[in-house]
Amino acid sequence: MGCTPDHPQSTFNVAGPVAESQLTLFYWILAAAVFVFVIVTAILFWAVFRYRRKVSDKDPEQIHGNTKLEIAWTILPAIILVFVAIPTVITIFDNANSPCTYEEGCLEVTVEAAQWFWNFTYKDPSNPDLEVMTSNEMRIPVDEVVNIRLTSRDVLHSFWIPNIAGKLDIVPNHVNTMWIQSNIEGEFYAQCAEFCGIAHALMSFRVYADSRDEFNEWMKLQATEASIPAEPLALEGKKLFEGEKQCYACHKVMGTKARSNVGPDLTHVASRTQLAAGILDNTQDNLRKWLEDPESIKPGNKMARQATVYTDETKKLNDPEISALVAYLQTLK
Amino acid sequence: MVSIPFPVVRPLKPVGIWGWLTTIDHKKIGVLYGTTAFILFLTGGVEALLIRLQLAIPNNTLIAPEVYNQLFTMHGTTMIFLAIMPLGAAFFNFVIPLQIGARDVAFPRLNAFSFWTFLAGAIILKMSWVLGGAPNAGWFGYAPITGKIFNLGHGIDFWIVGLQVLGVASLAAAFNFIVTIVNMRAPGLTLMRMPIFTWMTLITSILLVLAFPVITVALIELMFDRTFGTVFFVTSGGGDPLLWQHLFWVFGHPEVYILILPAMGIISEIIPTFSRKPIFGYNVVVLSGVIIGFLGWMVWSHHMFTVGLGPIANSIFAITTMLIAIPTGVKIFNWIATLWKGSIDLKSPMLYSIGFIVLFVIGGLSGTMHSSAASDAQQQDTYFIVAHIHYVLFGGSLFAIFAGIHYWFPKVTGRLMNELSGRISFLLLFVGMNITFFPMHFLGLDGMPRRTYTYSSEMGWDLWNLVATLGVFFIIAAVLLFLHNVTRSWRKGEKADSDPWDGRTLEWSIPSPVPEYNFVEIPIVKSRDDFWEKKRSGDTAEIELNLREPTGDIHLPQPSYWPAFASLGMLIGGFGLVYLLDSMLGLLAAVVGGMIIMISIYAWSFEPVNDPDVSGHH
Repeated sequence: MGCTPDHPQSTFNVAGPVAESQLTLFYWILAAAVFVFVIVTAILFWAVFRYRRKVSDKDPEQIHGNTKLEIAWTILPAIILVFVAIPTVITIFDNANSPCTYEEGCLEVTVEAAQWFWNFTYKDPSNPDLEVMTSNEMRIPVDEVVNIRLTSRDVLHSFWIPNIAGKLDIVPNHVNTMWIQSNIEGEFYAQCAEFCGIAHALMSFRVYADSRDEFNEWMKLQATEASIPAEPLALEGKKLFEGEKQCYACHKVMGTKARSNVGPDLTHVASRTQLAAGILDNTQDNLRKWLEDPESIKPGNKMARQATVYTDETKKLNDPEISALVAYLQTLK
Repeated sequence: MVSIPFPVVRPLKPVGIWGWLTTIDHKKIGVLYGTTAFILFLTGGVEALLIRLQLAIPNNTLIAPEVYNQLFTMHGTTMIFLAIMPLGAAFFNFVIPLQIGARDVAFPRLNAFSFWTFLAGAIILKMSWVLGGAPNAGWFGYAPITGKIFNLGHGIDFWIVGLQVLGVASLAAAFNFIVTIVNMRAPGLTLMRMPIFTWMTLITSILLVLAFPVITVALIELMFDRTFGTVFFVTSGGGDPLLWQHLFWVFGHPEVYILILPAMGIISEIIPTFSRKPIFGYNVVVLSGVIIGFLGWMVWSHHMFTVGLGPIANSIFAITTMLIAIPTGVKIFNWIATLWKGSIDLKSPMLYSIGFIVLFVIGGLSGTMHSSAASDAQQQDTYFIVAHIHYVLFGGSLFAIFAGIHYWFPKVTGRLMNELSGRISFLLLFVGMNITFFPMHFLGLDGMPRRTYTYSSEMGWDLWNLVATLGVFFIIAAVLLFLHNVTRSWRKGEKADSDPWDGRTLEWSIPSPVPEYNFVEIPIVKSRDDFWEKKRSGDTAEIELNLREPTGDIHLPQPSYWPAFASLGMLIGGFGLVYLLDSMLGLLAAVVGGMIIMISIYAWSFEPVNDPDVSGHH
């Protein structure tokens, strides 16, 4: 019915302690709510049925009240609420206080939310020499506490990985912190959950929980500069990217002259499963479609509205150029 | 008589359009509020229909995101400020003076001004659709996306000015009703003998007076940010978006009690009447309303559980929010106890009232789920909240409004609405409402965020979105049938006598429709449910007197041009404020509007009173 844990953003499919504590609390309150609802509506319907007017009715007794009843039905809900309040407060504090902070040796990821994509900067005490900044895909080690710092470049956003934890908003001029943990390896869907403008509905990302070893491998890869492509079409694409098509104006590819932070980092874009902030499978076809007409895929996105290749008819990308760029981007593993 | 240096004479028994424009009669103003608000409710419904059509299937291209964002903003703003609040005002206007045994409100011209200013605010808001774009940042307008950097057009300016103008209307009305209820009750009508609807109106009015100034300040600050370069909410200037949220919700939470208390008042009249029993636990029901009004100031941050206030703040607000569930529950139990051992007549007003109880309980229970800040982290900003909102506001406030329309229709028009049509409408509305909104609980828990113009099929949200959209057609059928019922019955409905429901309160002791003077003689109240007691004990001399023609002159307040003219100044000035920096025309309009308001207030203060014999028998 309503519980479909197989849906990718279901809050019933809990992968870690934070989401689990929130689901447990939900079930507890749901049980109380169903109990109250059944009793109240049963009495209501019974009253309406039993006391419906018959033609022969005289005036019923004009009862004005009953103090004992008032006390009883004030105290009873209060007691039920105490049983809701106590686990609530406990869970609030458990979920607020990280069991293992960065200072205590656990991973920290700083999230920068921007209209309409995500940057992730890693500080890993287990990999102290690696500087990792990537976009739109977050990998975490399974069974470990991950500390999250939330920052916004522009407006309000919200960080929400339903299977792993309830959301926390991202407020400009604030740094909100939370901790998450996945005890299951796998893929998790995430979506911005605070209205942030035209493309709010299409501002998603993916989270992958890997074994520690796999995570370390990924970190090493993300920290390396982009390799120079060998194949001529890809080289051609790199020239366009760093030259007349001006992709470098917004996108970073480590080790090249493309160093801008305006848009998502593309250094290892080919290693990601999704494009355009979690909304498109990363295939050659989709990459092509995105470069051809980003506005049609993600209406309102800033690349479509600001990049000269889309705003200036005379600078439009033609098909061979797109092929070259696609070839180049696909070498950025 | 005071003479003024204006050559303008006070209107003398105006008829037709002028009659409506210059009326200060609370009954006519109530009808103006009701019809205008209902039309605006229909526009809000169209906005909702478009939203649901867009969401019916995944990846739909019916509505572009820019338009979609305006639709959900206007839907929320319309339903709250242009539908539910003024529909409540319609009832306050028509019913309160009758329930307290008065001939009109304390300030009849101010009352008219409230209506015309409400209309001005409605026009300013709705015109945005065709004047470059409606506001697009949600009915709650969170900073910083409402700032000039992120929102260049005038949509947000229309929102700010529209709400300010509406705020003036609401405040004026609130002051009016507080003074009316406190000062103008019939002899013997002590506070604890007042009908529950009158009580809820009083509490709501006090909430309005205290809450609106908060949003007024917030809107002024936002307007200054957008127009004069201040940085209250501009982050690059050090502004804090949370300042907006606190200000908004300190207003916004009492606002939702402003939306529900009048509805609870209406239900508290209908259930006793159609059970032939007094309200169970009158003192407790009144006290619960007072407590809700008071506690309603201490829960606002439950709208902000996910903004990072920290565990201490979240815990405190979670507890206060749970606390407020108690007086709310108590009211519900008292309504059910009123029904218990009553003689229950299931006419349309009663059907809607019972529907209200069921639906409001569901909304209240999902509200209790939200009150737990920890699990709310999964529910906030999802369709689970949308479900909650609509159960309490649609299933709650709106069902009560429909109940109230059926209930007081005979008193307003002198005719009965068609019962069969009423019952079918109720059934369609109840079924439709549940089909549309119950699945939203599932969608929310399934991870669907709010305020998103589309979704992809791989999320698994297709089925419930389609079902929710289908429910809308039941709602449309219900509302159309209801409209047909109202319009047909107004002209051709079965005639109603003064007391078609065997009522308990004073409004049923006078003719239907109500004569201009309301009461031939102000009744002398001897108990709660005074009318019922007098009927049943045979003490009917006063009742019979009030059903006859008056024998002498009755002094009534006189119509006036100035309230509507002042509101015209608000309208022109409002548009001027929107376009203030654009051109001289904007500045001119603002100045002209301001001058019209000034002139009107001056003329209003000094306008002459027509001689009694010149103005007719009243």
